[in-house]
Amino acid sequence: MKRLRRAFLAPAWAVIGALFLGPLALVGLYSFLTRGAYGGLGQPWTLENYTRLLDPLYGAILVRSFLMAGAATAVCLLLAFPVALWIARAGPRRNLYLQLVIIPFWTSFLVRTYAWMFLLRDTGLFNTALQALGLIDEPLPLLYTPGAVLLGLVYGFLPFMVLPVYAALERIDRNLLEASADLGARPWATLTRIVIPLSAPGIRAGAVLVFIPCLGAYLTPDLLGGGKQIMIGNLIQNQFTTARDWPFGSAVSLALMLAAMALLVLFARRGAKELL
Amino acid sequence: MRRLLPLYVVAFYLFLHLPIAILAVFSFNHSRFTVWEGFSLRWYRAAFEDPQLAEGALNSLIIAVAATAMATAVGTLAAYGLWKRGSPLLAGSLYLSLVTPEIVMGVSLLAFYQWLFRFPGLRLGLHTVILAHVTFSLAYVVVVVLARLRTLDPALEEAAMDLGATEWGAFRTVTLPALAPGIAAAALLAFTISFDDYVITSMVAGVDSETLPMVIYAMARRGANPVLNAISAVIVFGLGALVLVSERLRAR
Repeated sequence: MKRLRRAFLAPAWAVIGALFLGPLALVGLYSFLTRGAYGGLGQPWTLENYTRLLDPLYGAILVRSFLMAGAATAVCLLLAFPVALWIARAGPRRNLYLQLVIIPFWTSFLVRTYAWMFLLRDTGLFNTALQALGLIDEPLPLLYTPGAVLLGLVYGFLPFMVLPVYAALERIDRNLLEASADLGARPWATLTRIVIPLSAPGIRAGAVLVFIPCLGAYLTPDLLGGGKQIMIGNLIQNQFTTARDWPFGSAVSLALMLAAMALLVLFARRGAKELL
Repeated sequence: MRRLLPLYVVAFYLFLHLPIAILAVFSFNHSRFTVWEGFSLRWYRAAFEDPQLAEGALNSLIIAVAATAMATAVGTLAAYGLWKRGSPLLAGSLYLSLVTPEIVMGVSLLAFYQWLFRFPGLRLGLHTVILAHVTFSLAYVVVVVLARLRTLDPALEEAAMDLGATEWGAFRTVTLPALAPGIAAAALLAFTISFDDYVITSMVAGVDSETLPMVIYAMARRGANPVLNAISAVIVFGLGALVLVSERLRAR
């Protein structure tokens, strides 16, 4: 048995080791090197790439990324919680309602981001409609704004919040809710004092699952922010392409990775166990 | 409160689905502006006649089929191995790959490939993209297949072995057939995420391996245009159908 199992795990180890863990380690190594002439890698070993993260220029990008990801997470939670609650009580058609949340999520992030470009642009549906109604004379600048980026992130990662919150709500024992009502609690009190505390693990997992991809988002700020609302993901991409400063790009990548891992370990360790 | 909640839920689902629906409707609009001028297939014709889109679609198809085949094979075996006895290290690494920001995975693969290219004869191309796609879809395959395995009774294999089957024989004739729907669901999912990926692909693709999302992205950066609406509608409904089948298979 042991030999068969080892043989079965070997290809996965090879892929993960050679193409995921190895490259991550390489980036870790590069983050301590110095940028050479013509964008190459050179000696000496240094911590300078990490201290540069504190430079106000880059610090502003980090702060913007954290604020944007935090705002997107908060909006996702506010939007998703009532829906998760409703689905959890929806009876036999629950699976259908869940699938209606999941399916758009799996179908082309790029196209769904592009859909908002189409709607928000100067000649898009909103501006055309508002102008036709005579409410505005000039098209409102909706696209390439922080608001557009926030909208795109919320739209993109909303299902990541609905699913874990739903899973937590569905596990709540109905008798507890009845007991609460029998003891005279109004629906609002039951919600805030029983339902929300009991669904906290799901809320935490959902928050981490939304926050991490938002923090490292690349496409959304690029397409909906028009390159004006640069976030960490864009900074990394830029360092590896146009700027050709791989050591600094590596340091930013590693810092982002460590932030993501810290959040997971702190808030969503159970999620990992349930998933695998 | 009780009356408001259903209304809110309807609004939520509209928010989720309406943008794509509007995009699809306007892909049939004769005008290039957001004013309805009558039904037309001209943008679809233009999309299908665009040589860049055609080449991108072909590349994406080749990559997605190859990466799906490899990721599904490797992932299914790994899921089976993990089902027999957990491996926190491998499971943890797979989980980490699932939550790693795409851009980080993209640049680390680029760094790794560039390091490899010190050996002569190696360069970026379809193969580097395919390997990258195997890497990021592997964890999804493992998660889906493992979920299916957990619904199976381990005693079935033991019974097969008591009746004289080898370990491999028990896996092949008892477990594998029972896993088939899960494996198919995992493959469809892997195909979908591979076909759609832009961020990682753009970092590791060579000049001759532009994928459909890369062509779409380049077009989108120049602003919205009706040809893009048409190709978007095709992708959303094509991939949407695959995901629907995948979900059905998983629910079985």
